[in-house]
Amino acid sequence: MPQLNPLDWAPQLIWLLLTFGILYLLMVFVALPRIGAVIDKRAAHIASDLASADKLRRETEEAIAAYEQALAEAKQKAHAIIDEGRAKLKKEIAAERAKLEKELAARSAEAEARIEKAKASAMKEVSAVAVDVASDIVRALIGTAPAKGDIENAVNAARKA
Amino acid sequence: MTVTDAHGLEEAGQHGGGGTGLPDPMHQFEIKRLVELDVFGVDASFTNSGLFMVIAAVLITLFTLIAMRRRALVPGRLQSVAEVSYEFVANMVRDNVGTDGMKYFPFIFTLFMFVLALNMLGMVPYSFTVTSHIIVTFGLAAFIFIGVTLIGFWKHGIKFLKFFVPSGVPFIMLPLLVVIEVISYLTRPISLSVRLFANMMAGHTMLKVFGSFVVALGLLGGWAALAFMVAFTGLELLVAFLQAYVFAILTCIYLNDALHMH
Repeated sequence: MPQLNPLDWAPQLIWLLLTFGILYLLMVFVALPRIGAVIDKRAAHIASDLASADKLRRETEEAIAAYEQALAEAKQKAHAIIDEGRAKLKKEIAAERAKLEKELAARSAEAEARIEKAKASAMKEVSAVAVDVASDIVRALIGTAPAKGDIENAVNAARKA
Repeated sequence: MTVTDAHGLEEAGQHGGGGTGLPDPMHQFEIKRLVELDVFGVDASFTNSGLFMVIAAVLITLFTLIAMRRRALVPGRLQSVAEVSYEFVANMVRDNVGTDGMKYFPFIFTLFMFVLALNMLGMVPYSFTVTSHIIVTFGLAAFIFIGVTLIGFWKHGIKFLKFFVPSGVPFIMLPLLVVIEVISYLTRPISLSVRLFANMMAGHTMLKVFGSFVVALGLLGGWAALAFMVAFTGLELLVAFLQAYVFAILTCIYLNDALHMH
């Protein structure tokens, strides 16, 4: 076995020490810091991206909340305005109606009074006409005109019956 | 042994093969000196093993640098692979050691990538598998063992010795159990290194043996051996990854023991 030749050991160990030592120094001072820096930079980049995404998300949520609050307030306000307008309108309508009703009542009362008057005057005329007609009929029947007072009494009694 | 001796062995391995006519499956593990170097009397030659360690280190460095050259927020393919390996090892350390273990993440990452690259490079035909040599895996394991032990003592002081005293056992049993705990602790570098080395060596020997069967059985019977080799190569790729992972995760577990005891 060539591995067990002690004369070959010294050169292998010396070159092992040399190459491994130099490689170690190269790794420590050149290669590993570069790789580590890139990995750290990427990790930091990802972390900051995640943080900014989180911040943006929170801002969006806040904006949505503010918008919803504003919307609710506006709705409430609109309702208030509508209610107010409706109440005012109702009051106005009620006032208008009251006024109109009063006027109508006044007018109808006036009209009734007039009708009553017209009726009374018509009645009076009816009596006069009835007396005339009755006295004419009586004269035609018996040839003499009765006393005006008797006829009037008879007409009134007949009308009352 | 002199260099000429090594060449002589190599020649024998290439053609002799113990008289069976088949190539020696261990020949692939031969250390070849590409550049002879002598530093203060110590043989520091640049070998094929050293070459593949350098290739692995260069590949890992190039991979990370090219992958991260844009450093895009949205990664491309190569950058994704680099980031996935980073996260993979980082999660391994975090899960097994905890956040206070992230100090040692660069070491675990280097260890995992280095062992993975060496294992995977070994899968390239005609290449050399560095991790199939016990001395390399043992060098890594011993370094980890000593480092972890020092971290344990540095963190807990002399109280780290309590690690070897299991809690809630009868006093009479303690001498036996402490000995067992100490032995199991001391065998950690051996088990850690042998696991990787044995897996890699066994796999590559197997591939070589069946590779030689393909040639030996010829056009008629070679197909069966070839089919087996294809499937086995897939398994070996899995083993190459798995052993790098196991090596790294066991290091994490040892580190966790040192930092938090248990």
